[in-house]
Amino acid sequence: MRQPLREENDAVWGGRNPTFKSNEQKVWLERTVEKGWTAPEWPVKYGGGGLSKSEGKILREEMKALSARPPLMSFGVWMLGPALLKYGTEAQKQTHLPPITRGEIRWAQGYSEPNSGSDLASLMTRCELHGDHYLINGQKIWTSYGHKADWIFVLVRTDFEAAKHDGISLVLVDMAQPGVTTRPIKLLSGMSHFCETFFDDARCKVDNVVGDLNRGWTVAKYLLTHEREMIGGSAIGRAAMRPLSEIVTQQVGLNELGVLSDLVLRTDVVRTEIDSLAFLWTTERVADEAKAGQGVGAMSAMLKYSGTELNKRRYELMMYSAGHDALTLGHEANLARDWLRTKGNSIEGGTSEIQLNIIAKRILGLPSA
Amino acid sequence: MAMVLSDEQKILRDTARTFLQTSAPIDQLRRLRDEASADGFDRKTWESVVEMGWTGVLVPEDHGGVGMGHVAAGVIAEEMGRTLMASPYLSTAVMGATAVVGYGSASQCNKWLPPLAAGSLNVAVAVDEGRSHSPASISTTAQPTERGFRISGSKFFVADGHVADLILVSARSAGGPNDTNGISLFLVPSAASGIEIQRQTMVDSRNSATVRLEGVEVDAETLLGEAGAGYSALEHVLDAGRACLAAEMSGSAQQCLAQTVDYITTRQQFGQPIGSFQALQHRAAHLFAEIEIGRSAVIRALQALDAASDDRSLIVSVAKSKVGWVAQLAAQEAIQMHGGIGMTDELNIGFFLKRVRVAEALYGDTNFHADKFARLRNY
Ligand SMILES: Cc1cc2nc3c(=O)[nH]c(=O)nc-3n(C[C@H](O)[C@H](O)[C@H](O)COP(=O)(O)OP(=O)(O)OC[C@H]3O[C@@H](n4cnc5c(N)ncnc54)[C@H](O)[C@@H]3O)c2cc1C
Repeated sequence: MRQPLREENDAVWGGRNPTFKSNEQKVWLERTVEKGWTAPEWPVKYGGGGLSKSEGKILREEMKALSARPPLMSFGVWMLGPALLKYGTEAQKQTHLPPITRGEIRWAQGYSEPNSGSDLASLMTRCELHGDHYLINGQKIWTSYGHKADWIFVLVRTDFEAAKHDGISLVLVDMAQPGVTTRPIKLLSGMSHFCETFFDDARCKVDNVVGDLNRGWTVAKYLLTHEREMIGGSAIGRAAMRPLSEIVTQQVGLNELGVLSDLVLRTDVVRTEIDSLAFLWTTERVADEAKAGQGVGAMSAMLKYSGTELNKRRYELMMYSAGHDALTLGHEANLARDWLRTKGNSIEGGTSEIQLNIIAKRILGLPSA
Repeated sequence: MAMVLSDEQKILRDTARTFLQTSAPIDQLRRLRDEASADGFDRKTWESVVEMGWTGVLVPEDHGGVGMGHVAAGVIAEEMGRTLMASPYLSTAVMGATAVVGYGSASQCNKWLPPLAAGSLNVAVAVDEGRSHSPASISTTAQPTERGFRISGSKFFVADGHVADLILVSARSAGGPNDTNGISLFLVPSAASGIEIQRQTMVDSRNSATVRLEGVEVDAETLLGEAGAGYSALEHVLDAGRACLAAEMSGSAQQCLAQTVDYITTRQQFGQPIGSFQALQHRAAHLFAEIEIGRSAVIRALQALDAASDDRSLIVSVAKSKVGWVAQLAAQEAIQMHGGIGMTDELNIGFFLKRVRVAEALYGDTNFHADKFARLRNY
């Protein structure tokens, strides 16, 4: 478990029908679950490790020093959990958090719709009360791993008269029902990890609304700040593990003066490495400031924007340095696929342009048009 | 180590900000320039700086300083960068102090540190000889004599050279043109005979000089550290200066952004504030992100100096390179977003553009440090 993740199949995502590539993966998950380390900073009673933020940081650093793989990849841990901890009822926490930490239920994110992407608050998926439960009708799109997930947190419209932001709710829906179907969409990498998700009279119990009815936009935004931190931080977390220059040097080689043979590439690599290091320190600084009570909030937009744009640069340079080898899909296939995948980094979770809008308005306080 | 300021450092920051904004606003630099001040800095403001203990920020208490460390020194530099205060702070309180505290003998410490902390001794660092920074490429020589050494050579771009009482000179006592071995450091009184100091008019209206040494006879007591083994000390002194320059530039960049955001919020065109145009919002937001990334590199570099980290050089090079880049972007974007008025001398932004250009070049520009970084990572 001390090898870096090579491809997405290597990762453990859990769920009702989990797949493990090896017994070691299974044991590693079980051991970390016992300690609550799949969600180190959540309370013990919900299956977390009960660690403080500083203890959590130490654990992450130790894991990194050991090159330990993350035991579990989980939208539940990264996105839904924090929102439930802040806005959920006690019953919701007790029902949903422990299965997330144990990797038993895999969650998908049902935000985007065909006509509501960046303008997410214009979403039209309907959710109406029908006796003692809700009925949901509409379509979501770009649902990552929708075809493999067990439950989905869905942004729906529950008030059709109210202003755009005031009629939205976040609901939790079990996908194992006839009213929910998914259809995978092929990505430009040839893989397919996201789906169209259709709701036809899908049912959801009334106690599965997170936060107040029609106040889901607040919950949705809070959840998005966690998603942004996750995307911005993880992109570079990977980058920090193996310096770009090491990969490039291996492929391109050094000249007789001991510097990279390709001098033009060298300049680009140095600048990217400098930016990556300074960015990595920024994620640390923002975390330290959050711990000191300064709050992350809109800074997650900055981390998301810079982290994803950097990750794209890094992969472009890896493509250059691998040369023709990177262009054949059989040989070095993973690099080409990873490279193609990075193009989505600055789109998913809110595009770069949207992050810049958030920085301009929420941090710099610039006026609206 | 947490990348946040301690309570003590926060108080220092707040005090420095208030003091500098009231006692040394940019108008002071403008006045010094317009009056062609002979000193190039305001002696009265400098006295207050001394009273507040800033000249002793890196000098231990038993030598008359306050020994607050590099993070504190950087906090002061960053605030100075917001108002562009001209002073010998960097060369004296940061680099001079780092040199003597780190490498001085007991008698050198006793001799130089108390007056340095008390503000009665200004230091300048004379290192570069060519058209760009290259601390090992020196041909200034130090030949052994009976009582010490005879130093000959020319040094350019010596910050605060003409107001210095003591000059830290790097000279070759052995080795070939680019050897790091064979470099010695000397603390030479500027009044020594054979030294000629010529002030240079700089684009940033700050002090810089050419220092010529012709057969300057110094006694053995001027040698700092061991003969021929001064390069690593020199790098340490330079790194202390570079990190504080990065802090200063970071302060300047933040000020450029703040002023620009104010301006585009009030300036109206097409019947609305120009800051409502997304083209400008995105430029400002991108700049904000870059500035934040630069700030992290600065605090990391200052902490590396305080911790005497093995990675000090690498981290400092990241900071100097990154922030040099960011600060230039900030000044350039500030001018563009101000439009025509941005090009005027009346607006303060131009002072930032000019100072940042010089600070970026001093002790290694962004390319120098990018290259150094790559070499430290073996490519
Ligand atoms: C790999 C990947 C995984 C994803 N996973 C999920 C998921 O699991 N669940 C989910 O709900 N969604 C998911 N998404 C969807 C993602 O959140 C949306 O694609 C994204 O919010 C953009 O919406 P859109 O695709 O409709 O593009 P649009 O909103 O149509 O944007 C198109 C272009 O216009 C720009 N633009 C739009 N509005 C503005 C504006 N106001 N100012 C400036 N520029 C603007 C955008 O920046 C972009 O460049 C995923 C997307 C990707 C790529």
